[in-house]
Amino acid sequence: MQIPVEGFMYPNEVELQWSVLIVLYPFITGLVAGAFILASLERVFRVQAVKPTYRLALLTALAFLLVAPLPLQLHLGHPERSLEMYLTPHRSSAMAMFGFVYLWYLMAVLLLEIWLDYRRDIVLKSETSTGLARLCYRVLTLGSSNISERSLRIDERLGYFITLIGIPSAFLLHGYVGFIFGSVKANPWWSSPLMPIVFIFSAMVSGIAAVMLLYMVSTRLRGRQIDIRCLDKIAQYLMYTFVIDFSLEMLDLLQRIYEADESFRSLDFMVHTRLWKSQVIVQILLGTVTPIALLGLTQILKLTETARKRIYALAGCLTVIGIFAMRWNVVIGGQLFSKSFLGYTTYKMGFATREGLLIAIVLMILPFGILWVLVKLLPPWPDAVSLSASGATPAHGTS
Amino acid sequence: MFKDIEHLIRLAAVIVIAVAAFVVLRAAVIPASFGQYGHYRGAAIAETAARPIAFAGHDVCEGCHTEEAEQKKLGKHVVVACEACHGALARHADDPSALTPAKLDTAVLCARCHEANSAKPKSFPQVVTADHSGGIACDTCHQPHKPKIEDEKPGGKK
Amino acid sequence: MDITRRHLLVLLPAAAVAWKFVLAGTPEASPNYKLSEHWWSMLIDIPKCIGCGSCVRACAEENDVPDGYFRTWIERYHVADWKIERPEVESPNGGKQGFPPNEISDGKNFFVPKLCNHCADSPCTQVCPVGATFVTPDGVVLVDKNYCLGCRYCVQACPYGCRFINPKTNTAEKCSLCYHRITKGLTTACCEVCPTGARQLADLKNPKDPIHEFLRTHTVQILKPHMATGAKVFYNGMDGSVR
Repeated sequence: MQIPVEGFMYPNEVELQWSVLIVLYPFITGLVAGAFILASLERVFRVQAVKPTYRLALLTALAFLLVAPLPLQLHLGHPERSLEMYLTPHRSSAMAMFGFVYLWYLMAVLLLEIWLDYRRDIVLKSETSTGLARLCYRVLTLGSSNISERSLRIDERLGYFITLIGIPSAFLLHGYVGFIFGSVKANPWWSSPLMPIVFIFSAMVSGIAAVMLLYMVSTRLRGRQIDIRCLDKIAQYLMYTFVIDFSLEMLDLLQRIYEADESFRSLDFMVHTRLWKSQVIVQILLGTVTPIALLGLTQILKLTETARKRIYALAGCLTVIGIFAMRWNVVIGGQLFSKSFLGYTTYKMGFATREGLLIAIVLMILPFGILWVLVKLLPPWPDAVSLSASGATPAHGTS
Repeated sequence: MFKDIEHLIRLAAVIVIAVAAFVVLRAAVIPASFGQYGHYRGAAIAETAARPIAFAGHDVCEGCHTEEAEQKKLGKHVVVACEACHGALARHADDPSALTPAKLDTAVLCARCHEANSAKPKSFPQVVTADHSGGIACDTCHQPHKPKIEDEKPGGKK
Repeated sequence: MDITRRHLLVLLPAAAVAWKFVLAGTPEASPNYKLSEHWWSMLIDIPKCIGCGSCVRACAEENDVPDGYFRTWIERYHVADWKIERPEVESPNGGKQGFPPNEISDGKNFFVPKLCNHCADSPCTQVCPVGATFVTPDGVVLVDKNYCLGCRYCVQACPYGCRFINPKTNTAEKCSLCYHRITKGLTTACCEVCPTGARQLADLKNPKDPIHEFLRTHTVQILKPHMATGAKVFYNGMDGSVR
């Protein structure tokens, strides 16, 4: 297996260490953080318009969060030793601390918030369902079927408090992924104090876009009417966060170009050659400038509902592709150049190998499978009958 | 009222049990020597040190091969360790009958160091072997343990 | 066999102790070795390196390094006239088979042997999530291959490209400064076979080690000092173009 090298690489650098699976990992955690932040808009900032997506966003976050550690596991040389990360975490290691941030976010924030929000539904279902489903719901009630007015009010208040903690936690989760890369001083492509912030905003962008698309698709699949007011609002938020995200990335770029430090010549050449398609064409032009322009168009022009929906769908897809390209360019791009700044290597993605394309595709489909199960188990949309339910109490879901 | 927060107390109990289970499990499975010197398995130091050696070291060689050692002392190759040319021979030093060192081809061996290359220090003796010897074995003229040819003026071509 | 043993008794005391332990297969360092009494480093004398590749071959043999990966390697530099920021560098197969002759006449040409710098503030041990790589009390950066996850974060964190993943063990690997040799009173395999003395193992805690005199009287550098890694491989006569 000969890997094409241009110029000089330190001999051990020729082989890439982090594959497409490590591209998926920040992409997936980004979707989690973004989806949660969208969900918390309704809860904490009382943005009533996005309410129809609240529960869907939570379940989406959970589905993706459950898959997030899988690409890491598959990529490890010794997956059976991964628990060492929790047994003997090295305090100075960003990666070790991430294990705890992940666990905190999964257990203390997401699962708890979903449980509190769905408790009423779970109790009701544990009484009406049968068989295995009944057992599932029974376990989830933890043996307490009290859904009195007062207990639900307590849940609601606690849930609010958890969301309040959840927002910084979601920032922490993805900011920390950024830190894992941004703190590697040996790698000038990664090493930047802006990295965590860029990661947070790109996470919000991808999460909001993904929930928007999921909302559109799932509503259509159920044969219901899309709440256009909700969609408009989400699209608006998407545009705002995207503009911030893009500005930050351009700031980083400008700084690099102007400073032109020892690594600049090498990185600049890389962007103009090996990363030209994935960085300039896909990430910046197709995946950032185009969706921002499209979303801007819907703000300026008076368009029909159908036209808006189509533009949102297109912009959403381009956004998700663009953010994926951004993760790719960070992870793969950061390994294509030599730390001697004298040469470049090539990334050859396998297909049916352990870290190949096939596994990557499976891992990208898996969260949707999990989401489907979660939606069946804990329906996120209110029944037509209970649509009139007031905003303060959790929506009914006894469909 | 207790009844309305009963589910939360149950939840807290689940969390406490999970954390306790983790703490117990952690204490049980961490390697004994972990933390002996720092945040790592102390036993790993001794394990690394226990690896068998491949190169015996010239002190050991010279313990038996006194004649060659004396020869070398007379020439410039005194600084070159035995195994630099003869290869790793700890097994031979351990039991001379277990491994007989291979006979070396000086035409190849000497060129490794003495083939001319502009990146080599100027003071280092180097030749273009094709011109210097035309591919014949170096030990036809030079004695590797004491390479200087005594009878003639030193190093016809440098 | 008996003769060999008898001869061993007259060897240098340190080597003799080492030898007995090697033969006995005792899975411990020699008993008169104290971790706290050493602080290992290496001296590379660039004007002495002839690029023969002996060190690379010896290292591979001593440490069972798989083909295509390197615990140590040699680079050949060519710096044209004043182009100090843009050297031309090559390292065919890590310099394992030496270097083909080159006929470049302009500028300067020289060899630079590379290995793990055994940094005192090493970025690789800092990022290891589980403590599978560490600086020993005697100043050597080691990998615990029975504990390493193979997450490869350390490979990314090393500014010098000294680490790789061993495809046989699936764990991180790097120069161990021949820890199994130096704890037995021997020198490293690369230093042992270096025909010109371009590589010298040095113990910074030993006041009698010639390294101290050398460092006082020579112009010595470390690689990438701006990385502030506390590198302990010292280069004598190194050109500013080396990175």
